[in-house]
Amino acid sequence: MSVLRMSAAERRLLPGGRLSGATPWLIAIMTFVMMLVAAAGLTVSHGAATLEDASASRYTLQLPGGAGKEEALAASIRGLPQVRSVEAVPREAVVDSLERWLGAASEGADLPIPALAEVTLTPGADAAVVEKAARTKFPTAQLSSSRSTLAPLVRSLRALGWVSLGLVLLIGLAAGAAVVLATRAALAANRSTIAVMHGVGATDAQVAALFQRRMALDALAGALVGAAAAGGLLLLLFGAGQVSERWLGGGAPIGPGALFVLALLPFAATLIAMTVARGAVIATLRRTP
Amino acid sequence: MMVSFEGVGLRYGTEAEVLRDLDFTLDKRGFYVLTGPSGAGKTSLLKLLYLAQRPTRGRITMFDQEVTDLPREALPPLRRRIGIVYQDFRLIEHLSAFDNVALPLRIAGMSDADLEQPVREMLAWVGLSDRARAKPPTLSGGEQQRVAIARAVIARPELLIADEPTGNVDAEMAQRLVGLFSGLNQLGTTVVLATHDLSLVKQVPGAQLVRLEGGKLSDPTGALRHPPQRREEAGA
Repeated sequence: MSVLRMSAAERRLLPGGRLSGATPWLIAIMTFVMMLVAAAGLTVSHGAATLEDASASRYTLQLPGGAGKEEALAASIRGLPQVRSVEAVPREAVVDSLERWLGAASEGADLPIPALAEVTLTPGADAAVVEKAARTKFPTAQLSSSRSTLAPLVRSLRALGWVSLGLVLLIGLAAGAAVVLATRAALAANRSTIAVMHGVGATDAQVAALFQRRMALDALAGALVGAAAAGGLLLLLFGAGQVSERWLGGGAPIGPGALFVLALLPFAATLIAMTVARGAVIATLRRTP
Repeated sequence: MMVSFEGVGLRYGTEAEVLRDLDFTLDKRGFYVLTGPSGAGKTSLLKLLYLAQRPTRGRITMFDQEVTDLPREALPPLRRRIGIVYQDFRLIEHLSAFDNVALPLRIAGMSDADLEQPVREMLAWVGLSDRARAKPPTLSGGEQQRVAIARAVIARPELLIADEPTGNVDAEMAQRLVGLFSGLNQLGTTVVLATHDLSLVKQVPGAQLVRLEGGKLSDPTGALRHPPQRREEAGA
């Protein structure tokens, strides 16, 4: 009598269709939450990686108080082999940005508005060379990396990814505890059947196989329902493109590897439920004479 | 030697011992009738015999190996050599009579195709061919008892233990069942039958009477001191 090869007669040894009516639903809810948390964590991690990649070669060339010299500032480094592209930021755009922070009061105020240029360097280029070139014409020019500016944000996003992983593990533990309780309840409900099976020479493994199989079916049904619900919701969120546009400027919110991990989650949940159920049965039976 | 008890005692929790200083041997092919008043410890003794309970002291040897402290995983192969008829039948209520009888064979790994014929024959023998698909709650007490007996003997056990096996059947069926036990005994099965019905001893030539009282065994016919008489010797 094994979990995979079990005749209809052997399956009939446990009455009813389910270990407990609540078990599949409990696992469905756990899987639903687990998938959403995992998807959020994977999306955030993916976003952090994308942000880091995108900012790796992006720099801002700044000339403090140099408003009106944007084009000249950009021209000072244009044509360098280290520079892939350089684009002057119009003064109006800088003023608009300031208005968002300072309101209408910024207009007309005597603010030292800088001249800015967005720079993309070639991979592996030495930023110091580019800054030096700019300083030959504008001695106070500064070239600052977007990566260092975004580093705290990237670190926070990464930390959120780890927090999500921790939450997924905690939910998994809670699901495991629920499986143990459901299995013990099922064992108690079928005590007389188990006693008879032992009496005619059944091993603990044979008894465990019955409960393991039933739990596997319950868990798989629940996990698939939970996964389908979570998948639908994620498609709605990702498909609408709201998340991707807001966070990543239109990039894919999640990689194929992460999608594979998400697709595996319900099956992993089923496998864990089976293993936990077997362990619970064997541990309980070992306490009997 | 089928079973040997040496200085065996059994207590449940901190209660007084229900079985004390049991020293006896059951020989292969022996037919033992265990009797005694209610509360004498018959069921406890049977539990020790069918390995559902471990003694709190002493030593039990069975099938030529000591079983007192055998690890749990070593017990199932021994239990498959023992057939049990429980006093309360212990049929699995949601299984048909057929599936109840087939259970020991399935546990032993026999395929559905291979067990079909022996189970049908056994059900026919206990007169329940037409009730094969019936579930225990729909069977009478006597029918349930016959299913329990069929389940106990289907795997041709080397040791058959029966607790009041004829308590719920009519005289004719009781005689047939005792005949079945006797037949199995002739084929080599050691039979231990707990009963209040002492007339059963007379129905089986060579049956040995053993009396349990106050947790101790007495041996009025000397069955435990001397090898059992074989059926053929008794019949001669």
